[in-house]
Amino acid sequence: MKFHSFLIKYGEIGIKGKNRYMFEDALVRQIRYALKEVDGEFSVRKTHGRVYVDCEGDYDYEETVEGLSRVFGIVGICPVVRLANTGFEQLKQDIVAYVEERYPKKDQTFKVEARRSNKHYPLNSMEINCALGEAVLEAFPEMKVDVHTPDILLNVEVREEIYVYSEIIPGPGGMPVGTNGSAMLLLSGGIDSPVAGYMTAKRGVALEATYFHAPPYTSERAKEKVVDLAKQVASYAGPIKLHVVNFTDIQLYIYEKCPHEELTIIMRRYMMKIAEHFARQNGCLGLITGESIGQVASQTMQSLAATNAVCTFPVYRPLIGFDKREIVEIAQKIDTYETSIQPFEDCCTIFVAKHPVTRPDLGRIEKSELNLREKIDELVKTAVETAEILQIH
Amino acid sequence: MEVYLDNSATTRCYPEVGELVYKVMCRDYGNPSSMHRKGVEAEHYVKEAKETLSRILKVNGKEIVFTSGGTESDNLALIGTARAARRMGNHLITSAIEHPAILNTMRHLEEEEGFRVTYLPVDANGQIKLDALKDALCKDTILVSIMYVNNEVGAVQPIEKAVQIVKNYNPRIIFHSDAVQGFGKYRIYPKRLGVDLLSASGHKIHGPKGVGFLYINDRVKIRPIVYGGEQQKNIRSGTENVPGIAGLSLASRMIYQDLEMKVALMRELKEQFLAGVTQIESTRIHGLVDENSAPHIISVGFAGIRSEVLLHALEERGIYVSSGSACASNHPAVSGVLKGIGAAREYLDATLRFSMSEFTTKEEIDYTLETLYNCVPVLRRYTRH
Repeated sequence: MKFHSFLIKYGEIGIKGKNRYMFEDALVRQIRYALKEVDGEFSVRKTHGRVYVDCEGDYDYEETVEGLSRVFGIVGICPVVRLANTGFEQLKQDIVAYVEERYPKKDQTFKVEARRSNKHYPLNSMEINCALGEAVLEAFPEMKVDVHTPDILLNVEVREEIYVYSEIIPGPGGMPVGTNGSAMLLLSGGIDSPVAGYMTAKRGVALEATYFHAPPYTSERAKEKVVDLAKQVASYAGPIKLHVVNFTDIQLYIYEKCPHEELTIIMRRYMMKIAEHFARQNGCLGLITGESIGQVASQTMQSLAATNAVCTFPVYRPLIGFDKREIVEIAQKIDTYETSIQPFEDCCTIFVAKHPVTRPDLGRIEKSELNLREKIDELVKTAVETAEILQIH
Repeated sequence: MEVYLDNSATTRCYPEVGELVYKVMCRDYGNPSSMHRKGVEAEHYVKEAKETLSRILKVNGKEIVFTSGGTESDNLALIGTARAARRMGNHLITSAIEHPAILNTMRHLEEEEGFRVTYLPVDANGQIKLDALKDALCKDTILVSIMYVNNEVGAVQPIEKAVQIVKNYNPRIIFHSDAVQGFGKYRIYPKRLGVDLLSASGHKIHGPKGVGFLYINDRVKIRPIVYGGEQQKNIRSGTENVPGIAGLSLASRMIYQDLEMKVALMRELKEQFLAGVTQIESTRIHGLVDENSAPHIISVGFAGIRSEVLLHALEERGIYVSSGSACASNHPAVSGVLKGIGAAREYLDATLRFSMSEFTTKEEIDYTLETLYNCVPVLRRYTRH
């Protein structure tokens, strides 16, 4: 028996009151996006407060489920068998056949849960439950009914057609991308920032990203790697506009004019400024970084405060309380880890001092930055103007 | 200006070769094993290639086996003969500065197949120590593999002397040479040298990628390492890569045309480059610079600049080079060869390889030197502390 449709279960959207249609529309849009590359013809529809994906003709079941399980907002994916309404006797046979095929191991408990939106159907829900339960028991005497915690919950929905489903494949949860504005992700080639992007997108936020490279200190391959990471994040978050900023001259200028142990902090402050510029320009509502407290010298509470001080936009740090191990787990789950650990130097590490400051004092940092007065505005302006923009999807 | 000085990684295909490959792919596309005319046509290309190579190497055409490239040739040479000669002994000898295609195959034979391997050390010039070879030989030795030209520093190995030492000790020991960097730069005659097996690759000589050959002296017993339709006398199964083989053949003919003149020109350019680059402070040329070094390879250390940074700085100005060996540069580990020749620490992570071809011009060398004069001092100002 082939699955003809998927019933999409969503969680938090249901409680959003009058905004509900907006969330549902976003969900439908994201599902269409996720299935764009999948083999098969799909139509996505909203009916009776539910979202269905109908699969016309042949389609690739595995790919479809995989595509759907990347759509934020989906809590569960139920593969549905659609039966024509050709009388109750036929339905009994079909249900038995369904159980026969789906559950080779018959030593299980079950329960039939019928719902009837077609009120002209000759039997009511209770009667359907009893009659179908009886049919299954007759066909498979090893099976038992358990109405409280059944192993198999057989859902039978009577509409114009009859929908049968019994399996729920978990979705990623969260909210559909596009329901919560957009934010600018500071994307490096590391393990953390792609995960931070994923986590934020999961709450419905569309992403843009800024990447800083420093040729000739970083290579074309380091940039390729970031594009690959952005692609992987985009497979969940939808299209990402990636701003690639040449940071070399700014970095060398800071290196020349400021104490070397403050280099990383000052550099990061300028990265935030530039990312914020793009964020403002593109209507983003905040910045996202992959920082986690204390992970490295530039992520101590003092360092975070010093970096944060240049921003007027809120800076979201979804990994702030995560240990590396936990971040790696998510990176593996979303398949960015293997790409992230390719050994290309990124621009944060090229001039890193042996003993960078771990408790930077904002006043001191600002004083050091005065040494940059002469040329820095010009350099930042050039960096912004010459940034390369890539559409990642 | 685009200056390609990474010819030891790969070369630009001769346009004539490209056209021939296309023609064979799209017009004479038969399978040499087919019985009809299309098959015969295709087989002609393979026969012709064997004849060409047999003339160049002064060997018999039957002694040429086509492979997918240098790496497969090396694998077939080592694994195929080691397995076949297993009853005679289990000791293999190679050098510490071989290409990974040799080193990792040896490691496999050592770890998985129970052979014992001796890795010969090299002197400061990157040449194997012949005394060490003498000492390493024993009654269990069945195979010695020494490369013709080292791919990182360009040191030409004393193959003739090494073969003499080996064959004087025991003429039944098989001698293999990986000549991927030497073929097309030297006239190599395996039979005169006493070399039993010789590997070469198409794409280092302006031919196609994905094709190479192994010369196998007809007295050498070898076992296949891939199994299938028993093509090429069952030494290397698989439908012959006819377009690649035709391309390899034409490229071999072309590169050996006026070879002495081309090599003399490369030497001249090499000298020009060496004279120029040593003007820069704190640089060091690795290996030899005389006739015992390959005409096309120059390995230079620039103290205080990470090789990757200088590489990308040159790239920005249209100059393409390698850091260490291109085959290993996906994992930027410190070069084993440089360590092997005892290069000072400050050069280990700061060495570039410039490798020329017959297409390299004096103007390109001038431009490269000028670019180095500009870049090196600037990059030295900004270093990690």
